[in-house]
Amino acid sequence: MGSNSLHVLKGINFNVNEGEMVSIMGSSGSGKSTLLNILGMLDEADEGTYTLDGTLIKNLNEKVAAKYRNKFLGFIFQSFNLINYKTALDNVAMPLYYQGVKRNIRMEKAMHYLEKVGLAEWANHHPNELSGGQKQRVAIARSLASDPKVLLADEPTGALDTKTSYEVMELIQGINDEGKTILLVTHEDDIAHMTKRIVNLKDGLIIDDSVVKQVRAKEAKELQMLAKKAANV
Amino acid sequence: MSKLFSRDIWSEIIEALSSNWFRTLLTAFGVLWGIFILVILLAAGKGLENGVKQGFGGMATNSMFMWTQTASKPYKGLPKGRRYNFKIGDVEAIKQSVPDLRFVSPRNQLGGFRGNNNVVRGLKTGAYNVYGDYPEIIQQQPMDITSGRFINYSDIQDKRKVAVIGESVRKGLYETGEEVIGSYIKINGVNFMVIGTYTKKSQGGGDPEENQKEIYVPFTSFSQAFNMGEIVGWMAITANDGASITELKSRVFDVVKARHSISPDDDRAVGNFDLYQEYSQINGLFVALNFVAYFVGILVLLSGIIGISNIMLIVVKERTKEIGIRRALGATPWEIRSQILLESIFLTIISGMAGIVLASGVLALVNLVLDGMDTSTMMFANPTVNIGVVFIALLILIVSGLLAGLIPAQTAIRVKPVDALRTE
Repeated sequence: MGSNSLHVLKGINFNVNEGEMVSIMGSSGSGKSTLLNILGMLDEADEGTYTLDGTLIKNLNEKVAAKYRNKFLGFIFQSFNLINYKTALDNVAMPLYYQGVKRNIRMEKAMHYLEKVGLAEWANHHPNELSGGQKQRVAIARSLASDPKVLLADEPTGALDTKTSYEVMELIQGINDEGKTILLVTHEDDIAHMTKRIVNLKDGLIIDDSVVKQVRAKEAKELQMLAKKAANV
Repeated sequence: MSKLFSRDIWSEIIEALSSNWFRTLLTAFGVLWGIFILVILLAAGKGLENGVKQGFGGMATNSMFMWTQTASKPYKGLPKGRRYNFKIGDVEAIKQSVPDLRFVSPRNQLGGFRGNNNVVRGLKTGAYNVYGDYPEIIQQQPMDITSGRFINYSDIQDKRKVAVIGESVRKGLYETGEEVIGSYIKINGVNFMVIGTYTKKSQGGGDPEENQKEIYVPFTSFSQAFNMGEIVGWMAITANDGASITELKSRVFDVVKARHSISPDDDRAVGNFDLYQEYSQINGLFVALNFVAYFVGILVLLSGIIGISNIMLIVVKERTKEIGIRRALGATPWEIRSQILLESIFLTIISGMAGIVLASGVLALVNLVLDGMDTSTMMFANPTVNIGVVFIALLILIVSGLLAGLIPAQTAIRVKPVDALRTE
C-alpha cells in the first residue's frame, strides 16, 4: 500500500442476487479489475464492507481467505492460468485437492465437470496440447469443480477469437441457466450483452447499472456464421 | 503431519520436480557431489588409518623397549658416566615388584645393520641380526612360522643350540628347494640347528626386507655360546590390556635403578622406546584427519545446499504464477510453504542417497582392486565408512534440505495472489 494511497474505487454500492449474470464494463483504469479482485478476496478494500452469502468478508487472514476462496468462489481468467505440467483432469481436480477430497472421489468429480464442458476425451492431455478455447473450457470446469456460489470471470474471452468466444459464452450461459451466480469483467460490448445486467464503471464510480435483454451466444454464433457465408458468396 | 505421507503430496512433489528434469538433475548434482566427497574423504582417512595400523603388524602396542645408557648423575660414591648392564635377575625382580605386566622378555643381540658377516653355512656367508630370546617374544612381535617351530621352554632350559631363521636368511644361505629344517648354520663359529623359518610383517614402517634377515636362538644358549654371562642387552616389556605401559614404565625404571645403584633422579640412565605412546600419537593424528575430512566434506556439502536453495528461489520465482493460481484455488500459505520445503528436502535426500550409493560403489571398486594386491607395504588398506557415518550424513542432509528450502518457502508465501496472476 505505502503512505500515499491511490483511490481506484471511489464508492461503489451494488448488489448481486443469487442466479444473476452480471457483466462489469469499463475502459482500462476504471477499476473493474480491482473490483473483481476485491470480490475474489485476492485483494481487500480499504474501506467499506463486502458481504458474501451472509458472511462479512473483512480482515481475513490468509488461511481463512484461502478457505473462503475455495468454498465460495470459482475463478476464470483471461490467460486461463492452467498449470502446465498437470493434465487437464489434474487441473480440474486442484480445488478439490485443497478441499482435502480423497483422490478417487476427486478424479471422479473432475471427470464429471470435464464431461460437462465437453472435454472428457482430452482429460489426460496437458494444457499445451489444447487449443485456446479448450484451455478456457478446462479452466471453467476447474472453477466449477468446488461447486462455488459465485463464478468470477476476468475477461474470459479476451484471448479468444470471436467464434470461440461465443462458444465459451454459450457454456457460461448454460452454467448460469443452472442457477450459478456469475460476475464477468469485459470490455467487449457483444460479450457484455450476453449477460443479463451490465454495470458500467468509469474512474472508480458506477456510471450506469442496467438490466439488458440477454443475447444467447448460440444465436449470435449462428448469425455470425451466416454473415460469414454471405460474405464468401 | 499425517498428510506428510499421503500419496497426493508426494505425487505433487514428484510432478513439480519432474516438470524440469534438467534443472532438477543439475541441482541434485551439487548435493550428490558434496556427500560423495564427504564419504570418500572419510573412507580415505579410514583406509590410511587401517594401513598404518596394519603397519604395526599386530605387534603388542602396549609395549616398550628398554636398554641401558650411562649414568648421568653420581650416586652412592659412584661417578657419573658409568656404564652398567641389565642382569638376568632384573627380569624376575621387575615381574615381582610391578604387577600388571604381561611379558618381560630379556633379549640379547649380535650383529646389526651393516654388520660383518657373522653367519656361515658351507660356502655361503651372510650378515644377520641374531637375537637371544624367550618364547614370549613371538607374542610381542608376531611372526608367521612358515615351517618347523619357534623356540620353546625346553630349548631355554636345556640351552639347546637351535635357531629359527627368517625367509631372507633362508634365501641367502640355502639353494631353492633345499631342506632347511635340521640343517646346521654356524653363528660366530658356533653351530646351531635350524628348527624353523618365519616371515614377519613390517613393523611401524620399518624395512620389511630387513625384518626377514633375523635369526632367533634361545636366550640361554645365546648367553652361553657367546659368553654373555648374566648380561641382558635390552628388554621388551608388555603391559596387561587394562593397564598402560606409559604409566607403568617409571615403576619399572625405579626397580632397575635401585638394583644398579643409580640415582632415583637420573632420568637418562635407562633408555626406552614407548610403542604405546607412538601409537597414541598416531591415533591422535587420525582423529585430526577425521576432523579435517568432516570439515572439508561438510563445506563441500554446504555449497551444494546453497545451490539447492538458490535453485529453489529461482523455481519459486518461475512458479510465481502457479503459486498464485494455487492460492486462488484455495491453497493456504502453509500448504504452499510445506510443498516448497518438502520439494527441497526430497531433492536433497534423494540426491544425497545417490551420492552415498555412488561413493559406496567407488569404495567397493577400490577395495576390489586393493584385494588383488599386497597392501602390507602400501600404508593404505580397506577404505570404508561405517553405517553410523552414513546415518550422520543422512541426518545432515535432512536438516540441510530443510534449511535450503526455508528461504524459498518464505519467499513463496509472500507472493500475493493478485500480483502473481497479473504477471503476463
